[in-house]
Amino acid sequence: MQRSRPTDAAFAALLEDSAEDLYENAPCGYLSTLLDGRIAKINQTLLGWLGHERAQVVGRMSFSDLLTVGGRMYHETHFAPLLRMQGEVGGIALEMRTASGERLPVLVTSTVRTASDGAPLLIRTTVFDARDRRAYERELLRARQDAERDRERLQNVVATLQRSLLPPSLPRVPGLEAVAHYHTASPDNLGGDFYDLFPLGDGRWCFFLGDVCGKGPEAAAVTSLTRYTLRAAALHDPGPESMLRSLDTVLRDGQAAHPAPRYCTLIVGTLTPDEDGFAVTLAAGGHPPALLLGADGGARHLDTTGGMLVGVIPSPVFVTVEARLRPGDTLLLYTDGAIEARPGPDRERFGQDALLSFAAELAPAPAPAVVEAVVALLEGFGAGLDDDTAVLALGVPRASPGDGTPV
Amino acid sequence: MDIRSRNNVVVAGRHGAPVLMLAHGFGCDQNLWRLVAPALAEEFQVVLFDYVGSGRSDLSAWNEDRYGSLDGYAQDVLDICEELDLRDVVFVGHSVSSMVGVLAATREPGRFGGLVLLVPSPRYIDDGDYRGGFSTADIDELLESLEDNYLGWSAAMAPVIMGNPERPELGEELAGAFCRTDPAIARVFARATFLSDSRADLPAVRTPTLIVECDQDVIAPREVGAYTHAAIPGSRLVTLRATGHCPQLSAPEATAAVIADFARA
Repeated sequence: MQRSRPTDAAFAALLEDSAEDLYENAPCGYLSTLLDGRIAKINQTLLGWLGHERAQVVGRMSFSDLLTVGGRMYHETHFAPLLRMQGEVGGIALEMRTASGERLPVLVTSTVRTASDGAPLLIRTTVFDARDRRAYERELLRARQDAERDRERLQNVVATLQRSLLPPSLPRVPGLEAVAHYHTASPDNLGGDFYDLFPLGDGRWCFFLGDVCGKGPEAAAVTSLTRYTLRAAALHDPGPESMLRSLDTVLRDGQAAHPAPRYCTLIVGTLTPDEDGFAVTLAAGGHPPALLLGADGGARHLDTTGGMLVGVIPSPVFVTVEARLRPGDTLLLYTDGAIEARPGPDRERFGQDALLSFAAELAPAPAPAVVEAVVALLEGFGAGLDDDTAVLALGVPRASPGDGTPV
Repeated sequence: MDIRSRNNVVVAGRHGAPVLMLAHGFGCDQNLWRLVAPALAEEFQVVLFDYVGSGRSDLSAWNEDRYGSLDGYAQDVLDICEELDLRDVVFVGHSVSSMVGVLAATREPGRFGGLVLLVPSPRYIDDGDYRGGFSTADIDELLESLEDNYLGWSAAMAPVIMGNPERPELGEELAGAFCRTDPAIARVFARATFLSDSRADLPAVRTPTLIVECDQDVIAPREVGAYTHAAIPGSRLVTLRATGHCPQLSAPEATAAVIADFARA
């Protein structure tokens, strides 16, 4: 006790301020108003900020008289009703008008003081000078608006670039219905899936569908390279397997200059018209197998197991398979987004077998109906589908009743 | 679309009794009526709702085109009247909603038995001899105030409701939604409200009309009340001894009493 006395004395000296002084010269503004808004009490700090004399304010002005007109409207439409209903409102940004006409940004908190029976008596308000904070908030707001604009710009760029990697529309192939769909996982990022369908010039057609490793601008660059290489290779030697080899060479040639691996999975095929449909030759490297939905109602994989990734393995093996598309048959190509999706609460992979069962349920079905059903399936995956997915369906329409010719 | 959930329609009071439709203005939602609705529900059937974009309405139904002018809000009112098959409605519109009521009643007079315009203003901005009380710059300042509260909005505008001892779950339920406003939507509503000019619609009102003003209201000053009274044929004007722009909060008994008197007549 003895030793603490000098400390007490020092505090007492320091704290030689009354409640009155604490109120008047607090580092924030204090204000008490009657329920009709008239100011009953105001501290010296706030008077100093506003440049008003006490006599001009107390009993003569109301709280909203101290605000800018915009602040007053905000006060009347938002602040006052909330205060009435809740008994307190905190941290609201308002602007006060000083005696010299300047605007003073403030943060205002009010509480209603009630009598013992709960009846409201008066409103107590604290006012904080918010010039610095509001300048900071405006910066944040501006940064947010900038970020929103940038994001919009980025999404435009991504969408435009993505479109440039896909054919704007599929060509009309006599005797064939061709329908494609591209599911974009994120508007902020470029996917690496692609497809194409184009004439080989001798009545035959070429198509491909694949998936470049990775996402973003680098994947887009590889996608672009892949598409143009395949198109050029098709002119040179339109066999699906030799097209895969040409692409493999091009991708591996450039590998040294690129730190990130550049490879893809791919199915390439040709369509050769025959008496009532098309002969199909397919070659695949590292890609999930195409599905054939038969006119008879069955569905099966066109097995290309053993085909290796394109662009990364020395002397890769690619697997070729032959098939026929007759009236009512539909060939379905897809990228792995469709089978790697993890729908449902258990996050179980959808899988190749599930897609085969889905196709078997669907068959027989023309190409537009197949794509429509797959799109619905993908949408049903919801958040379980987080990868881009490309789908290409090629079907030979059934003969129209009576005329016996394909439509 | 289901209009009842779109507009968060709540029907209370005596079934089969005369219908009072209470419409909130800019700034809050149907909660603004909570001090007057229970008293009115003892005698009337009370229909409460939130305009699309406010309160607990379905925000997916909101679009800037429709809710960028008061016509869109009037259509909400007419949609609800049709959905509930209401006739002879006494429409009570607070603040900007009073002009929404004027629009609705001139478009489909058959629906409405009476209009109560609570602190109305047909135009907020001064225009020649007309005194609305505000300049265009003032309105811009308000829009700025809305912007300034952008960051703190979600936290500041949805605080916990105090004191509902008889229904403790109410506080929690309302906490998330109370007077909650998406700032982008609030900006559109603010523009639709404060840039509107409904003066030309007033003489066309054929529905019996009661105008209720407060003796001190910075948003709708008394000369605006007098203007509205003079412009609507046969209207009555009542001045409440109340301060501010929300007499249903600051003077709930008196407000409920004038509404009930008018609706009984």
